[in-house]
Amino acid sequence: MLDTHQTLETPESIDLELHLAGPVVRILAFGLDFGIRMVIQIIAGIILSVFDQIGLAIMMILAFSIEWFYPVFFEVFYQGQTPGKKTMGLTVIHDDGTPIGWSSSIIRNLLRFVDFLPVGYIFGLISMCSNDHFKRLGDFTAGTLVVYVTPKQVTHPIPKDQPLHPPVQLTVDDQRAILNYAERLHSLSPERQRELANHLSPITQRKDNDNVVWVVRVANGLRGNQ
Amino acid sequence: MKQQQFEAKYRYEWQEFESQLELLESKKTSDTNLTLFAKNYRKVCYYLALAQERRYSPDIINRLNGIALRGHQQLYQHKSNVLHNMLTFIISGFPQQIRQHAKLIGFASALFYGPALIFGLLVYFNPSLMFSFQSPDQVADLVAMYNPANNAESAEARGSEQDLVMFGFYIRNNIGIGFQTFASGILFGLGSIFFLIFNGLALGGASGFLSSLEYNVPFYSFVITHGAFELTAITIAGAAGMRLGFSLLSPGQNSRKQALLDAGKESIQLVYGVIFFLLIAAFIEAFWSSSSAVTPTIKFAVGGSLWVLVFAYFYLGGRGITQGAQKKDSHKEKR
Repeated sequence: MLDTHQTLETPESIDLELHLAGPVVRILAFGLDFGIRMVIQIIAGIILSVFDQIGLAIMMILAFSIEWFYPVFFEVFYQGQTPGKKTMGLTVIHDDGTPIGWSSSIIRNLLRFVDFLPVGYIFGLISMCSNDHFKRLGDFTAGTLVVYVTPKQVTHPIPKDQPLHPPVQLTVDDQRAILNYAERLHSLSPERQRELANHLSPITQRKDNDNVVWVVRVANGLRGNQ
Repeated sequence: MKQQQFEAKYRYEWQEFESQLELLESKKTSDTNLTLFAKNYRKVCYYLALAQERRYSPDIINRLNGIALRGHQQLYQHKSNVLHNMLTFIISGFPQQIRQHAKLIGFASALFYGPALIFGLLVYFNPSLMFSFQSPDQVADLVAMYNPANNAESAEARGSEQDLVMFGFYIRNNIGIGFQTFASGILFGLGSIFFLIFNGLALGGASGFLSSLEYNVPFYSFVITHGAFELTAITIAGAAGMRLGFSLLSPGQNSRKQALLDAGKESIQLVYGVIFFLLIAAFIEAFWSSSSAVTPTIKFAVGGSLWVLVFAYFYLGGRGITQGAQKKDSHKEKR
């Protein structure tokens, strides 16, 4: 399937669904983090400049720490989220879904140096685009994934209507498709709603809006609304 | 059971689990309100499996999936004692890792000291060669730094505050080089090899050129002490980087992906040691190597014994302590 969903089987033998984050959001998150790092460095530079030589010494150590360990700090102590990732709703986890720890975080962030080569994260981008988990080289070496924290969709309940039993036997996949349609109704234009529902005309013997209403009623019936 | 009933019946349990998750994630937990966390987690997993099996609507599956995932994250995270791990690593883990990768580190050392020696001799007998490697300005800076005539006055001008500045500079610069030497190794080892040879040429060139000017004493007395840590650290970083790259070239029985993962886990142990050594080196370089209060003789004596000490540490450290215990620790730390 051409999709960014990835299932993960847990020891409880259930399949958890992960939503992998693609290059674009990750670049945006990186941009935010980069800005924040700059601001920290500038503010620290202004404050520390008061202290002359000692300030300069602290500034160098601070610059070193931020250059290499800014993401490590946040990933380890804030549930895999740097401020940029948090804003974009992303988090870093291990391949097996467990939270990221020191070693993996340090590996994936040291390897940024290579992902950045030859300029502007080109290696990282090539790597992300050439595998189906959007991994950059650091993610491969550390065994990590960048995923969305929670599925970003907002819940839209199925519009209430009187329940209806379908005239034909529906397979589970049909049922699922009907429920899915009813939940996504709010995001479709009226024309598209009708277009999709009209596929059922041979069964329902109806047209356009009547078809849409019919599907919503069947969905209500499937869901068990009274 | 219809979805509506299912939701109505269990909604309360999900909400309870969610509030427990929020407590755990905000780290404001006391044991009392978490007694049933594991049990609740298993229940949520069960409901998710049911909902998936019965093809309930994506809405509810997504919601259950979301809280099950968060529960999984909380349940399967490892708490580790960082300080304890660091100490065991320094006492036994690091030298054990060094011995385990002795061949690769030997190879990295050859790539570093070999070019250093050859280029050093070439430059010593033909100093103009140095200008093919560095610009005249860089060479002039190098000469000024170790000119005995300059040294006397600059030592007085240089206060302890400037030592601190240099400390900061060495940390940023040297550990940065160490990290680059390691990370670039993933390019099939080529990056690490490049950095090893390049830094070897820089060391050899400087030694050869300054020796030809008869600045031997200020130069070698400066380099010897922190070199015990800095130079070995660079070769270890190179070896760690090659470990990454070579795992891609010859993955053995594993897939390349798995081989790289294993190499990452192993080599990061070496990188921890590199950080440890480079911190010591930066400290020595800033506060001891540059000190004019210490005579070169003492510097040679102390520096020489530190080299012996470093090798003794690598050879003897952590012997008799089982590697298994160490492995377990490093695994704990990973999680």
